[in-house]
Amino acid sequence: MIKVENLGKYFDNIKAVDGISFEVKKGEVVGFLGPNGAGKTTTMKMLTSFISPTFGTASICGHSIIDDSLSVRKNIGYLPETVAVYSDMRVSAFLDFAAQIRGFDKNERFKKIKSVVDVTNLNSVFNQEIETLSKGYKCRLGLAQAILHDPPVLILDEPTDGLDPNQKHEVRALIRKLSTDKAIIISTHILEEVESVCSRAIIISKGAIAADSTPEKLRSQSSFAGAVDVTFKAAKIGIFELLKGLTSVSQVNQLNNQRYLLLPKSGCNLLEEVISVSTNNGLTISDITVDKGRLDQVFYEITTNS
Amino acid sequence: MKNIAIIFKREIAAYISSPIVYIFIVFFLILSGVFTFKLSGFFEIGQADLKSFFGWIPWLYLFLIPAISMRLWSEERKSGTIELLFTFPIKIYEAMAGKFLAAWAVITSALLLTFTLPLTVEYLGKPDVGVMIAGYIGSILLSGCYLAIGCFFSASTKNQVISFIFTFVNCLILLLIGFEPFVKFFEGLHLPLWLLTQISNFSFFTHFANIQKGILDVRDIFFFVTFICVSIYCGALILENRKAE
Repeated sequence: MIKVENLGKYFDNIKAVDGISFEVKKGEVVGFLGPNGAGKTTTMKMLTSFISPTFGTASICGHSIIDDSLSVRKNIGYLPETVAVYSDMRVSAFLDFAAQIRGFDKNERFKKIKSVVDVTNLNSVFNQEIETLSKGYKCRLGLAQAILHDPPVLILDEPTDGLDPNQKHEVRALIRKLSTDKAIIISTHILEEVESVCSRAIIISKGAIAADSTPEKLRSQSSFAGAVDVTFKAAKIGIFELLKGLTSVSQVNQLNNQRYLLLPKSGCNLLEEVISVSTNNGLTISDITVDKGRLDQVFYEITTNS
Repeated sequence: MKNIAIIFKREIAAYISSPIVYIFIVFFLILSGVFTFKLSGFFEIGQADLKSFFGWIPWLYLFLIPAISMRLWSEERKSGTIELLFTFPIKIYEAMAGKFLAAWAVITSALLLTFTLPLTVEYLGKPDVGVMIAGYIGSILLSGCYLAIGCFFSASTKNQVISFIFTFVNCLILLLIGFEPFVKFFEGLHLPLWLLTQISNFSFFTHFANIQKGILDVRDIFFFVTFICVSIYCGALILENRKAE
């Protein structure tokens, strides 16, 4: 539903986005990750045809962002980074305005507004002026406006920024619920958000795609992936050498008398080897965990290396 | 068309809830009153017409209209709602026209609130009603031209002060090239006659003065309407390029 082909944007001579390509299908939630200034927001602004690309193109539901921007905008629900809402309006009037722009007649408007207000929990502030709302409410109002017309494509720029943990939880649940019949792109700095809502993560660094994979696969690229953290019941001399001698081990760190952190050679399964060497040498394990990899570690490695 | 109406309604609602409009109306009424009665001596002249009122309109609008127009796009830029607006499925000229018409409606309502003047004249003497109506129509068209210039500059820059000054200067120039002392000055330059006519033809003042005489000539109305449409169209073009700045 979203197809991006070699999309690029230069601001004067500053390269903001440098020829990125990807596709998003129906049912996918893609998390855009990247440090500030990596080009996430610029990409989103191009996809919503708010700014035009310097080169390359993209299409939304088959409509080109360059030649058919009106159809593109009809098919998109967009939450801008700045949470842009008319602060001089009331919540009700603002949603009615958005619904009118989307071309709904009076009865439809009433129904649509009622349903998004319920979904985003805006009932308690429905008649309030927007400038008196907290950031969390404004953000949800922005989201309500974006999903009002039930668009096939949702583009959300930091949808949970400024929300409290409960609201974050609700918004993520909402995004998951919406994702069944939509293609969704969200940008975020919060890595746990990617793990909890995204089926795919794209890491952008310096305007280019540095990684495009599922959160699980990305995590497993971490140097900590598969690391074994083992604690023995009793301290014993020689354990360190014993562990160091294992074939799949690349590095052993002694954390305290009984606890060791073992990093694997890539592609090796350390867990079985640690357990068998322990039983063979009469060592009792009191605690053992295998690290599934850390997204923040991968994020750091990818975005600082390139 | 429908989108223009939606934008227009939203803008009007925003005007009603903001104090700026009321300040504008009060300022306009006070200043026009002072100019008409104190400076022009409305009663002392002893003529049953509104010449002393309409004579001030071009100069009064010169200060008041840029003050309204400078806010048109800068506020949207400041709050970021410009991004929301133009990611809605609407065309730029629709937003431009909606905003223009709403501001024009506000300025026109302020003008119509001077209805007590024609009533006074009607009570005191036997005025030519046609001339008075033409005066109002001319003033409305003139305000539309000023506002269209203001729309253009508001779309061009995010800085309100620059927008005010450019609108003011442009309106002033387009007034003065048809204003008598300046026409005399151009004549003194020994320019060819066709050029002189062209210059003064391009002035608001020439067309405004024609309508003030009570003659609603198609050519004058055509000038004003074309001027408004072209300015708004150019404003929409420039906004297309600068909306994201």
